[in-house]
Amino acid sequence: MTTTLVRASSPTAARRRSATTRLTWVLVALVALAVACVASVALGARIVGWSDVVHGLTGGEDTIGQAAVAKRIPRTLLAILVGAALGVAGAVMQGVTRNPIADPSILGITSGASLAVVSGITILGLSAPTSYIWVAIAGAAGSAAFVYAIGSVGRGGATPLKLALAGAATTAAFSSLISAILLPRVDVMNVYWHWQIGGVGGATYARIAQMLPFLVVGAIVCLAAARGLNALALGDDVAAGLGERVGTTRLLAFVGAVTLCGAATAVAGPIAFVGLVVPHACRLLIGIDHRWLLPFAAITGATLLTVADVVGRVVARPEEIDVGIITAFVGAPVFIYIVRRQKVRAL
Amino acid sequence: MTTVLDRPDAVARVVHGRRRRRVRRTAVVAVLAVLVVAVYALSLMVGNTFYGPGEVWDVVRGETVPGASFTVGELRLPRATLALLTGAAFGLGGVTFQTMLRNPLASPDIIGISSGASAAAVIGIVVYELGATAVSFVAIPAALGTTLLIYVLAYKDGIAGTRLILIGIGVDVMLRSVIAYVLMRAAVWDIQAAMRWLTGNLNNASWESVRPLAVAMVLAVPVLLTQARSLSLLQQGDDSATALGVRVERTRLVAILAAVVLIAFATAAAGPIAFVAFLAGPIAARVVGGGTSLMVPAALVGALLVLSADLVGQFAFENRYPVGVITGALGAPFLLYLLIRTNRAGGSL
Repeated sequence: MTTTLVRASSPTAARRRSATTRLTWVLVALVALAVACVASVALGARIVGWSDVVHGLTGGEDTIGQAAVAKRIPRTLLAILVGAALGVAGAVMQGVTRNPIADPSILGITSGASLAVVSGITILGLSAPTSYIWVAIAGAAGSAAFVYAIGSVGRGGATPLKLALAGAATTAAFSSLISAILLPRVDVMNVYWHWQIGGVGGATYARIAQMLPFLVVGAIVCLAAARGLNALALGDDVAAGLGERVGTTRLLAFVGAVTLCGAATAVAGPIAFVGLVVPHACRLLIGIDHRWLLPFAAITGATLLTVADVVGRVVARPEEIDVGIITAFVGAPVFIYIVRRQKVRAL
Repeated sequence: MTTVLDRPDAVARVVHGRRRRRVRRTAVVAVLAVLVVAVYALSLMVGNTFYGPGEVWDVVRGETVPGASFTVGELRLPRATLALLTGAAFGLGGVTFQTMLRNPLASPDIIGISSGASAAAVIGIVVYELGATAVSFVAIPAALGTTLLIYVLAYKDGIAGTRLILIGIGVDVMLRSVIAYVLMRAAVWDIQAAMRWLTGNLNNASWESVRPLAVAMVLAVPVLLTQARSLSLLQQGDDSATALGVRVERTRLVAILAAVVLIAFATAAAGPIAFVAFLAGPIAARVVGGGTSLMVPAALVGALLVLSADLVGQFAFENRYPVGVITGALGAPFLLYLLIRTNRAGGSL
């Protein structure tokens, strides 16, 4: 009796990672994040001596080096927060749509946020960055619902290809609307151009403080939905059979993810592919349980974005490459790899 | 019994249907051609100063008309010609890919080929300050290289259109980040000029930018047209096409080469004009009806689209918009409409 039970459960046990393995990976990721943070504070366009780094961290701004370090601290913080938000948002999106290539930038969500911000600035005359966030979140939610609705029309529901195409089309539509709004307005265009490439360079404590409540709320909502996402992974029917309220869970998780990526986009601009790559890497390492996956994706996303930011600062000294460019360059090959591994339906 | 009786009737119906389609196709192509000529003529006449058809005709024949010689001969004529040629080139290149991969979304501006040409052109213009002709010759190897890259990446026991499109979208994102990076670092170009270039515009049209494209079209278009029949047979699948006597691989290679040359030269001349390559084919398919080669109608639709979008962009609004903004605003909603239609019909898209 017992042997059959053990045998029956052993394949699942093998697939499910043991708590020790998970803890180990979480610790490894935390260490990596810590190293990335140190690098982010110590390295940059200006080469700063170690004593300046220490003094800068303790608040000294006596030398140029110390001032540079002091500027790098909020920047690092912002990279951590944005990376974590995008990682979690991506993992939740992939869970909700049960779709391996779901990602805020591929699904057209970031371009929805961009269009909303641009029209907010030009049409509604918004100037305070505080108001960007609401507009960006509204735009993100609107375009997410739109793309999902178009992508799920017809047979088979929201398949990867239909979603990707609907997202690409929506992005195209929005981007030509954005250029139509921007081209006659040079002043807005300069602001927008730098925002849209995606960067954490202009970080200040004020902007971080403004973004923080949204991130906290979004993260809590997502974590609350984690259990439900596990049930959803079994398919809608099974999840409903297990007593899960499928519609509610999906809506809850969706709202959380949109809040996270809308707020991150409002502050740092659309950053491509973090939300796509991070969850996949995390799933390979610690398995598919969303209660572990989401926090782990947060740590890994934060690490990735911090590292990308450091790389962008170091590679082209004395200039900087914006983090959005680096992540697109790292993310696109991973996307291609995932697509190659997937079985794609022939047309 | 009944089948035997019905047969002559059925044959007559097929023959009748075929003839009707041919008549309709000829009529539609003729109407499109007339429209292209009309809009072309209109864009020569309209502007800050209106010139009548007589004056325009004199200028085109090479006579010296005070005022009109410069405005029409040096400004409007190259611009309208460039619009005509880029539109036709994008339309032809796009419909070739769409036919070959049997998917309307496989157009070069979605799967990254246009971005490859743009990236090379932007680097050529911004970093090396190349002239129009040199930029064309940089854009071609880049576009070919991008095509080859996408093809190799998507190859896995044969080519599946779906996989190729998804991988193309990934490559497209990557190339766009290269473009963004180059433009970011360029102090020579202000951002407005960069954005204008990236949406596609005809403001810098001159005879110098028309010439390379015209030469490329004279060479590539006849080659493509000779492949038109084989390409439409390819739509029935490689096996049936082989059985019908098509040399599949050779047809595909020649068609890709010719189409990429067209796209690259057109992009180098006017920037990646948004959605023309994507739009022309599906519109042509809808107005002409299926069952025939779409190349000529798609070229006409492309030319018509760019010519009229440029007119609208120049004169319809208070501000002048580059042609790419107008074609994008027309094209993207159409793409979404197409997606909903295909999905609802239960297609596997």
